[in-house]
Amino acid sequence: MSYCRQEGKDKIIFVTKEDHEAPSNAELVADDPNDPYEDHGLILPNGDINWNCPCLGGMASGPCGQQFKEAFSCFHYSKEEVKGSECVENFRNMQECMQRYPELYPQDDDNEPSKETDDAAAPTATDETAPTNEKDSGPAESSPTSEEPTPTASPPKS
Amino acid sequence: MLKCRTVWKKLAPLARNSSTLCHQNAKRAVLRNEKRPGLLQRAQMSAGPSGGGGTDNTLYYVLVGATCLGGAVYAYSTLRGDKQRYQDRISEIASRPNKATQEQTEIQTAAPEATKELAEEASEPQSVADEESVPSTPSEEPSPSAEPPAELPSESAPEPSAEEKTSEEPLVTSEPIQETPVEGPTEPSASLAETTEPPLETPTPEPSEPFSSPAVVESAEAIPVAVAESTPEVSAEQIAPPVAESASAAPTPAAAPVTPTPAPAAPTESTPAPVLEHAPYLLIGGGTASFAAARSIRARDPGARVLIITDEPDLPYMRPPLSKELWFSDDPEVTESLRFKQWNGKERSIYFQPPSFYVDPTELAKVENGGVAVLTGRKVVHMDVRGNKVRLQDGAEISYDKCLIATGGVPRNLQVIERAGDEVMQRTTLFRKIEDFKSLGKVSREIKSVTIVGGGFLGSELACALGRRSADLDLEVIQMYPEKGNMGKVLPEYLSNWTTAKVRKEGVRVITDAVVKNVSFKNGKVEIKLKDGRTVKTDHIVAAVGLEPSVELAKSAGLEVDSDFGGYRVNAELQARSNIWVAGDAACFYDIKLGRRRVEHHDHAVVSGRLAGENMTGANKPYWHQSMFWSDLGPDVGYEAIGIVDSSLPTVGVFAKATAKDTPKAAAEKSGTGIRSESETEAVAVSVKAGTATPPSPTHQTDDYGKGVIFYLRDKVVVGVVLWNVFNRMPIARKIIKDGEEHADLNEVAKLFNIHED
Repeated sequence: MSYCRQEGKDKIIFVTKEDHEAPSNAELVADDPNDPYEDHGLILPNGDINWNCPCLGGMASGPCGQQFKEAFSCFHYSKEEVKGSECVENFRNMQECMQRYPELYPQDDDNEPSKETDDAAAPTATDETAPTNEKDSGPAESSPTSEEPTPTASPPKS
Repeated sequence: MLKCRTVWKKLAPLARNSSTLCHQNAKRAVLRNEKRPGLLQRAQMSAGPSGGGGTDNTLYYVLVGATCLGGAVYAYSTLRGDKQRYQDRISEIASRPNKATQEQTEIQTAAPEATKELAEEASEPQSVADEESVPSTPSEEPSPSAEPPAELPSESAPEPSAEEKTSEEPLVTSEPIQETPVEGPTEPSASLAETTEPPLETPTPEPSEPFSSPAVVESAEAIPVAVAESTPEVSAEQIAPPVAESASAAPTPAAAPVTPTPAPAAPTESTPAPVLEHAPYLLIGGGTASFAAARSIRARDPGARVLIITDEPDLPYMRPPLSKELWFSDDPEVTESLRFKQWNGKERSIYFQPPSFYVDPTELAKVENGGVAVLTGRKVVHMDVRGNKVRLQDGAEISYDKCLIATGGVPRNLQVIERAGDEVMQRTTLFRKIEDFKSLGKVSREIKSVTIVGGGFLGSELACALGRRSADLDLEVIQMYPEKGNMGKVLPEYLSNWTTAKVRKEGVRVITDAVVKNVSFKNGKVEIKLKDGRTVKTDHIVAAVGLEPSVELAKSAGLEVDSDFGGYRVNAELQARSNIWVAGDAACFYDIKLGRRRVEHHDHAVVSGRLAGENMTGANKPYWHQSMFWSDLGPDVGYEAIGIVDSSLPTVGVFAKATAKDTPKAAAEKSGTGIRSESETEAVAVSVKAGTATPPSPTHQTDDYGKGVIFYLRDKVVVGVVLWNVFNRMPIARKIIKDGEEHADLNEVAKLFNIHED
């Protein structure tokens, strides 16, 4: 059984597991999906890519940022059957660029080169958060690899 | 419009001269005319002989006509001649520069007097120059004829062509143009004199040369257009081309004579003389907020050129590991490598990016897709907001379009320590930077006893870190603070006491209710006398008593400083003034939900830096996404928090009995990420638990605050939440604060967190 204690202005409640089994009746305000202030995940409400998403690490802002953006945009907007099949050139450019900066884009790891380096770089309180928001990404998922357009890179709904 | 004014002012003397002559002639003509009617009248009134009057009239008309014609011809020839004479003078001056000084003078030019409204003009060249400069001009009276000639100069500009007389510094180019409205008639003559430097420079390879071309286009186009507008009486077509050339030549030199004094490149530590004169995005301070802003700007503005100026010798790095992970590293070379192991086993450096990520400042202007450059070891001492430029300690001036101030702060010191003399000061560390970490690491190996003054985040974390090593190092670790328990200002008393017990378990000798009264150096030991009479003898002091925000630029920049919280006062969009934003520790900002505050946490630096970067690229978003913070004190105590977490507020804490599974270490291992807050953020450094060193702590006490959630209330609304040994639930806490609702039963709210689950 839970019990309660008051220490001056501070109230302390101890609860057992059973106490918390009943669903909460606390009311939360519904989120507005179109709230302009809210941070968005990888994909903005209008379908564009959010280059500032923390999930991308430093991919869009580094020396190969331009190539990355082109490749990923191409992939994102690709309507081919094999998504991104027309983007090979872009991805090749990106890879070439990344090879010039092995320190930044280590090649040992196929997926998520940014994870090693940029990843922890700017820890931002991410935008996924809120229950209503789309699952924006563990860092691993949404960023495309340098090798090939992975299916997982497709934006989660939008 | 300004361009019109400027050009008009520029040509004013010319116009004046010619018009004066015109006027004089005209006046004479008019006067004669006036006299004529008089004479005619008299002639008529006198009813003189019409015949004689007639011939007289004719004669007079002829004379008047001739005079007028003569006047007009004279005026015309004068104007024509003026252009020629102007040209001659310029070429004459152009030949002079061969004796002029080196580039630096010219570089320093950033023209103190120049550029009141230089911003746009100068920026155009930097950013997508050509495209922008073209659209900017057509809005005014388009003079197609002016465009082609303008294009020509731009074409040839890139080649070091002396005859072009183009300036290298774009800002210089535009400056004089802008200047003219302000400076007035003296400008053209001044600029003529100034032509000296730039033409000399053009032959020499200058990094910013490519810049001159867009700049020239900009100025050249501006001039002809402005000229067209402002001098209707003079044929624009004719004037434009020559003026374009002379104008572009004139502006360029503007800087040189203007700044004859700025000593040629003061010796710089990191980079050779004129490094960069203009940065579209200038970030003052090279910490977390600055880096986050740089990244945000680069993500949103393709090809952005960002310059970071920091007075530290290091590239941007993250601070939390300096008081946590780096101390737990097994690597003896850790002070050099500054690498730490995250829980997922991956090692990383505290530097956000390796050096190869950054562009060399001298290359910043040229590099194709832009980049981020870092000027280390330089301090900004003066900020000219009207002129949109800053001055460094070595005298160099850099102009900007958008500026971010992310200067953070300096650790506070206790007055008693400052007054204690050199012996004590040498044995005191104010911990904040990499160098402090290195020196403390070194010192801790040499001494027998260290005392940490301060019971907040930094003090407690350092105490725990050193405490853990105390056995290996044979080091006595003492922590003293005026509060009753560790984190006394953050956690409610019961929790603070509990935490203090844990810290003591880490091997730290904690002295609470300790107010330092006097510090002295006696018999080779530092002696600390407390107010209540106790004395502590130690070898070294680490002062962790707060941070003083760095607001030295407030005076020169005319920025407001907040009296309650310290720091620069900014609005909800983190803007202090036009084109100036502030982020990180130094920003006292308006939080729409929680009111005005200043936050000194890592995640806040990231969030605010990112937001500032977004707003610098036009987003205009207010501070909305609440930042969080975390701390780990040993393997048993770890918490995440968000919002206003002030122990003076009434709190409601809901706790569950903790099992062995509920520790930071367990949470990290289970989630497999090794980083407690990784789901929260991209990746965040978290305490590395040296699991081997500490015994598993049994948590079976009656009042065991093993894990739970604590709500901080202000007027019955939850404004802060602490997740005590409960992880990966920050989104829920964030939502509750965002809602800002009054909840009758906080136990119900606590249910949302599922504290019994892992």
